[in-house]
Amino acid sequence: MPGAGAVTRAGAGPGVATEPLGIELPVEIAGVRLKRPLVLASGILGTHATLMERVARAGAGAVTTKSAGPSPRGGHVNPTCVDFGAGLINAIGLANPGAAAEVALVEQTRAALAPLGVPVIASLFADTVESFARVAETLAQAGPDLLEVNISCPNVASEFGEPFAASAESAAAVTAAVRAAVDIPVIVKLAPNVPSIGRIAAAVVDAGADAICAVNTMPGMVIEHESGLPVLANKTGGVSGPALRPIAVHAVYQIARAVDVPIIGTGGVSTGADALEMISAGATAVGVGSAVYYEGVGAFTAILSELAEWLEGHELTLDEIRGRAHREMTWPEPATPAPVPDAGHGT
Amino acid sequence: MTVEKGPPGDGPVPALAATSRGASLGPTLPRAYRVLDVIVENYRTCTLRLDGVMQSDPGQFAMVWLPGLDEKPLSVQRDDPLSITVAAVGPFSRALQQVPPGGTVWCRGPYGNGFVPLGDDHLLVAGGYGAAPLLFLARRLAAAGMRSRVVVGAATREDLLLTEAFEAVGAEVHMTTEDGSAGTTGLVTEVVAPMLRDDPPTGTYACGPHGMLHALRGLATARGLPIQMSWEAYMRCGVGICGSCEHEGMLLCADGPVLDDAGQPPARGRS
Repeated sequence: MPGAGAVTRAGAGPGVATEPLGIELPVEIAGVRLKRPLVLASGILGTHATLMERVARAGAGAVTTKSAGPSPRGGHVNPTCVDFGAGLINAIGLANPGAAAEVALVEQTRAALAPLGVPVIASLFADTVESFARVAETLAQAGPDLLEVNISCPNVASEFGEPFAASAESAAAVTAAVRAAVDIPVIVKLAPNVPSIGRIAAAVVDAGADAICAVNTMPGMVIEHESGLPVLANKTGGVSGPALRPIAVHAVYQIARAVDVPIIGTGGVSTGADALEMISAGATAVGVGSAVYYEGVGAFTAILSELAEWLEGHELTLDEIRGRAHREMTWPEPATPAPVPDAGHGT
Repeated sequence: MTVEKGPPGDGPVPALAATSRGASLGPTLPRAYRVLDVIVENYRTCTLRLDGVMQSDPGQFAMVWLPGLDEKPLSVQRDDPLSITVAAVGPFSRALQQVPPGGTVWCRGPYGNGFVPLGDDHLLVAGGYGAAPLLFLARRLAAAGMRSRVVVGAATREDLLLTEAFEAVGAEVHMTTEDGSAGTTGLVTEVVAPMLRDDPPTGTYACGPHGMLHALRGLATARGLPIQMSWEAYMRCGVGICGSCEHEGMLLCADGPVLDDAGQPPARGRS
């Protein structure tokens, strides 16, 4: 048996053999039908078609390939990811083979997932507005169902030294450039650490975004006390997992008030209840990332099963619960005044 | 956005996990260990014995961190006290070897799935540095009073690793060298093939270069014998999310590094 304290995961590993689930809870993102509302978040297992096929068989309705940039990047040295107790912090450094090589990965993934009816989202990043457009054009050759424009990675800065997602103007400029370059529906992935994410969402939708993915990881730092040094080789990284969830839910809630495009709510979802929370905030689909650390790819199966069971038990549909956090409750006025406690009574 | 139906609570409420299932994997930040002593194993390999325990299965690995330099996955050679055998192959491993007794290294883990012994007659096949996790396994098997044969292969006599340590735990040790400077001349398969034919073990466990593992898998499966192999790949996150260590559809850091002949994590409780 594993030693006490061993890091083992209930749903890890042998989940490979699972067949595509019978559960269907279809949603639509920019005209693309997802049989199930869970999306593999970018940066998680998106490096190989084999791994994305496992995720699809475990219950994902769509998968996102690891963000590709203009040229190959080796990424940071280790440590690149640690569990700090309330979530993960990572700085992989956008390791990727470059857009030209990524085309083959997207093609292989499409081929592997087509029989399962699971669409592929190709994620991309770049360091200039023009470069975003060129990378999008390159990836479009592979025919992904959707493009995810990652303007929010903490590792990539615009000429002003901050992520493109940090201002409405730069976010819109990237979106418009990509929109003009390709015919594929465009999802823009936003950063949580902005003063008004609703304003940025409105700007990218005005610039042509077909959907929003919210949110990317939250910048953070973990210092190992004995050495007194940041544990990540990159020193700073992105916080994900349970610690990110309320931040992501808030962002989705704000975006849902600002725009009328589908939202892929991403950040710390690892249970059916978490997914319901995200959909209640206004998400059409739910991104799943760090949950794979906690439970392996079986996390998709667990979240989906719990979500489906809850909906069935309540005789509700996804459409009926989407955005319900935005409603104002009204309670009937009492027909007769409630009895007032007999204040002066007793000893 | 509007919602037609009332708040939850109207109907039967299926049980839902109210909170994230996560955050229960225990502390996984690197932990500081002091080096007790450093044992020289051969001209470029040594073992660091550390002043703490990392309860592990043979085949599991620790992420070993030298702040400001790098962090690498290294097999647990012994879990109490935690001991790591490292060959000097690059800047990180050379720096690790130079940490003096009393100095500090940081480890987190254990990670991955290790070997799962099958039956009571075992064959361990080590190529090069692959000897480290197999010594841990041999020690566990010896403690359980079971027979172990160990085949240790290397390029030359100088490259052979941990052969005396295997003998010290009571294993039957066979050596092979490619240049014939010790033991049988050739690759480990020269010795393993007749063993599998004439005196087949109940379980075979291998760690070493991928070419060796492929060859051994071929030999074992041709005879219908189970084999478990520890594979190697560059690891980034070490915890099963980044995808860097993909191997035949498996994540070596989380599903592996030990996989069975079917390419799956070895099933526990099967013997």
